[in-house]
Amino acid sequence: MLERESALAFWLLVPTLALLTMFIAYPFVRGVWLSLTNSVVGVPGEYIGLKNFVKLWNDSIFRTAALNTFVYTGVTTVFKLALGLWLALLLNRHFRGKAWVRAFILLPFIIPTVLSTLAWKWMFDPTFSVFNWLFWKLSIINARINWLGDPELAMASISAVNIWRGVPFYAISLLAGLQTINQDLHEAAAIDGANRFQRFWYVTWPLLLPVTMVVVLFSVIQTFADFQLVYVLTGGGPANATHLFATYAYQIGIGTGLLSEGAAISLAMFPALLLVVIFQLWYIRRVENR
Amino acid sequence: MIEGAGWKKWLWFYLPMGMFILGLLFPFYWMLVTTLKPDGELYRPWNHPLYSPFWTSAPTFDHIKSLLTETLFGTWMWNTMLIALAATLISLFCGVIAGYALARLRFRWAGLLGTAIFITYLVPQTLLFIPLADIIREYNIGDTPWALILTYPTFLIPFCTWLMMGYFKTIPKELEECARIDGATRWQAMVYIILPIALPGILSAGIFAFTLSWNEFIYALVFLSSPEQKTVPVGVTSELIRGDVFFWGSLMAGALLGSIPVAFVYSFFVEHYVAGMTGSVKG
Repeated sequence: MLERESALAFWLLVPTLALLTMFIAYPFVRGVWLSLTNSVVGVPGEYIGLKNFVKLWNDSIFRTAALNTFVYTGVTTVFKLALGLWLALLLNRHFRGKAWVRAFILLPFIIPTVLSTLAWKWMFDPTFSVFNWLFWKLSIINARINWLGDPELAMASISAVNIWRGVPFYAISLLAGLQTINQDLHEAAAIDGANRFQRFWYVTWPLLLPVTMVVVLFSVIQTFADFQLVYVLTGGGPANATHLFATYAYQIGIGTGLLSEGAAISLAMFPALLLVVIFQLWYIRRVENR
Repeated sequence: MIEGAGWKKWLWFYLPMGMFILGLLFPFYWMLVTTLKPDGELYRPWNHPLYSPFWTSAPTFDHIKSLLTETLFGTWMWNTMLIALAATLISLFCGVIAGYALARLRFRWAGLLGTAIFITYLVPQTLLFIPLADIIREYNIGDTPWALILTYPTFLIPFCTWLMMGYFKTIPKELEECARIDGATRWQAMVYIILPIALPGILSAGIFAFTLSWNEFIYALVFLSSPEQKTVPVGVTSELIRGDVFFWGSLMAGALLGSIPVAFVYSFFVEHYVAGMTGSVKG
């Protein structure tokens, strides 16, 4: 009986394992090998040890990209979580048109990212920006703001778009978590004299934490490896100031054709990603075993 | 749950809610207005006296017309549809049977394989695109739809498997055992008893997978090069921008029309989509 079950399991898992081996495990090994060679497009290259990584370590653009990636991930995650939680709490009430609001609010998340980012690029246009018009009308500014032209400001603008895109995902996922919380607990706490804030802090938050952790870790990985927003909004400019790991890897590996160096830049993301994944697996196991 | 005086309700509920809705949906309104504005109004600087950002007095379909007749937009739509559907079907097939095996069958390595598949789910596309581009070239499938049809399942299958695993676990084992006692084989019990019950889960996974493939960008950008092979996200960003010249009218028309299939599917299956999305993170 057990024999037959494992035979069936084997056949049911073959297609999945074949595809994942061919297009994830194998490319990963190839990527590690590639990063240890000096190959460029069309030329296989030979083993050069860690030279690519040493070169990156001394590359000021790479350092900027690394710093940008960490700051970008940190800052946007804090905002996405705070705003997403706020929105989830608002959506968790009963009001007319709730289903409609919930459906429309997810649009930034489901519409293809590059397409909505193009709309943002147009809103950030140096000459025709609608934000400039708005602030000018409100007498906040009297000269135009170059949203994507100034390095510091460009990173802030990119972060704003990332937050815009991510908040609905946080809100709807956290809302799903909120809805599993038994209302009786709230009522019991209210009868015991807990105020709104206390009810949130001592009842809602501890029960919501497992869902929150998974959502945050999942979103951290996506944000850390982000490519599309920067590619569309600034292309890494001005003067390579807004690169993330992924966009710099693209520019070097695909744009310039230095495959091995590009692969090394991509792989530089790996240690941080691995830590997040290990933490996530550990956390899930801990919650399950409780 | 809404309690307290009227103005409090406005301050703590309607006002923030309104701000959220405005902020989240404004860019889409902006796409629409830009699509319909004639060029004369579009390229009026923001400090021009006649600048009216939120409205147009002379709506025009010129941008949509030029998008459909002067660019390959129709081809890109068709390519994206084909690739998204094929990748979704492959992933559903693999994910459903793998999810069943991991949730229901007892065999060695079950836990380990489940964890391994979960980890591949967390691998971002940007980690592997360079070696993968090399491999695609070696397999001679570069610049063909196959480059994407075969690689998209790498991020769709783990998600489908994970979602279906959770779903299969909620279906009572007894149902299957009854069928087995009545003489059905394991395979028959799976196909005739379990799959029909799991249909809502399969639909959720399929819809989520379809939207993910429609949105995918970096693989399509790197693996495809000729304009007539491109998908919508790549075609719109690369072919509608010539050098430094942005044709904002057609660009926004492309962004708007390119979003319609996803929005359409989404509008019919909101509940399934939300179930798929929340299932994808909760596991």
